[in-house]
Amino acid sequence: MKGLSKDRLWSIAVLTPSIILIAVFVYGFIARSVYVSMTDWGNDPAQALALNPIIRFTGFANYQDLFTGFLQGRFRQELVSTIFFTLFFILGCLGLGLGLALILDRNPRGEGLWRTIFLFPMSLSFIVTGTIWRWMLQPQGGLNQAPTLFGAQPSTFAWLSSTDAIWKFDWNKLPLLTASVVGLVLVVMAVRAARSGDRTRTLVAGGCAALLFLWALIIGPNIKMLPAPELHGFNFALIGIIIAAVWQMSGYTMALYLAGLRGIPEELREAAKVDGANDLGMYQHVIFPLLAPITLSAMIVLGHISLKIFDLVYAMAGPDNINTSVPALNMYLTSFRQNQFALGAAIGTILLILVAFVIVPYLSSQFRTEEGHA
Amino acid sequence: MYALLVLAALFFLVPVYLLVATALKSPDDINLSTTWHWPAALNWASFSDAWSKIGGNVLNSLFLAVTATLFSALLGSLNGYALSKWKFRGANTLFALMLFGMFIPYQAVLIPLFQFIKSLGLYGSIWGLILAHVVYGIPITTLIFRNFYADVPDALIEAATIDGAGFWQIYGRVIFPISIPGFVVVIIWQFTQVWNEFLFAATLTNTTSQPVTYALSQLAGGQAVSWNLPMAGAILAALPTLLVYILLGRYFVRGLLAGSVKG
Repeated sequence: MKGLSKDRLWSIAVLTPSIILIAVFVYGFIARSVYVSMTDWGNDPAQALALNPIIRFTGFANYQDLFTGFLQGRFRQELVSTIFFTLFFILGCLGLGLGLALILDRNPRGEGLWRTIFLFPMSLSFIVTGTIWRWMLQPQGGLNQAPTLFGAQPSTFAWLSSTDAIWKFDWNKLPLLTASVVGLVLVVMAVRAARSGDRTRTLVAGGCAALLFLWALIIGPNIKMLPAPELHGFNFALIGIIIAAVWQMSGYTMALYLAGLRGIPEELREAAKVDGANDLGMYQHVIFPLLAPITLSAMIVLGHISLKIFDLVYAMAGPDNINTSVPALNMYLTSFRQNQFALGAAIGTILLILVAFVIVPYLSSQFRTEEGHA
Repeated sequence: MYALLVLAALFFLVPVYLLVATALKSPDDINLSTTWHWPAALNWASFSDAWSKIGGNVLNSLFLAVTATLFSALLGSLNGYALSKWKFRGANTLFALMLFGMFIPYQAVLIPLFQFIKSLGLYGSIWGLILAHVVYGIPITTLIFRNFYADVPDALIEAATIDGAGFWQIYGRVIFPISIPGFVVVIIWQFTQVWNEFLFAATLTNTTSQPVTYALSQLAGGQAVSWNLPMAGAILAALPTLLVYILLGRYFVRGLLAGSVKG
């Protein structure tokens, strides 16, 4: 075909509006948000809603405030909460989804009906889910009353209002903790590279890990982020929200796993049986390895949903419950209730960075393999 | 095996039981200690009460979701066709850059979006919200159609080209007529997403144009509410997407799987 036929020009013409819209609404607006986050817009309430507010460039002051400012403890707790939430939410969805898919894969009677039951919460909004579960988790009602159905005492667990927390750590240890986690990931990468015989990769990853550990041990402890220790951990009040989120989203992982299981050719299972594999061995050596890419996809999709989640929290625990709050909710409140636009933009940018850590490697690897095939 | 299935089904259905039971109770019957009891007398008035409070918002959502979905589907179909059948250099990179828009937290673009909609004079109007949903829907609708058209054999296009058909004739006579399943998937997906969305609804609208998700969150947020009202409201807000799911579940699942990027 010719390089630039009329048809090809049409195809570019068709795409142009979308390209411009995405360029402006995604990339342009992200750039604008990052700029706003480096100003003082709204830090002075009198200027926030002025027609022509006086806005000064302040560099990273808002970020510094969020991570080390006296008044921003709420944000730091939210950051910790969102990490724990993501962890348990993904584990819950993967575990329950895989379990359900394995059962449905054995073709029980009425399979379609079971599937419908497990998937229907997916069609609801987080606001509806949140409204229902808010009622279920009322302090003296719903789930806490369930034991009385069996003649037992009602439970008294403070589902959405508990102030207990476990796994607390001092925010001042954050540099050390982050360095250790990133360092461990690098070590794993180095070991994997070494196994596949990639020497430069092994050396680079290993070297970076060593430098990080050195930094964390020698300089890390001397960084004082806050004047006094500030403890953050996993709040029990989040448990109810995690259960509701798993209720809503585990049908999705079930659908993914079921599609994956159904995609495994029957000959492969037969072959494994012929080779003398028992049920357990077949799952361990044949089926689970084939499901690994699905698990990764699901983790990416669930991970980005969970980092952004806030409507469920808003509907279940209300916007002002510090024990359950997350950065995505804080951003909305800071920007549109308190009109602190610069601070809100900073929180939005931090969220974007968190999500980008999850999404960018995934998208680039997906498209690298695809270009390779083409 | 069946015991496990029943146990799991209980986990998924118990909230529905409590939802319906509470919605059908009269406010005086709602008592924390009798949460689990089925109402002695059914009180359908909760639904008309809830409708009088959020019925207008349900209609807002309906108009919003239908309009935004139609625009999104058309745009996605054209984009998917151009990207999968008229590949040019860098098409995949362009597409990856587009897809990133599907994953970003909207909090990272919310303030400029709010300013932009306001400067267009669309703040508080449903059209501002439609614009936002159509634009941020481009990645997913393009993705679904691109994957759908990837299965259409290129030989079909080549044959049409030899017959002298151009870009638009091929779209109108070959691609569009076989796109119905693709449209069904995209329409269901977008309708559900737009109907259920909350963040844009809460920031870009005012009291007259608020969609039902925001109205429901206000209805359920107060402290002294009688719970039959928000429960009936939740049913009203859930019914359209639930019906779509029950009637067209197969396509819903297909959209769901497409959303996990695997091309």
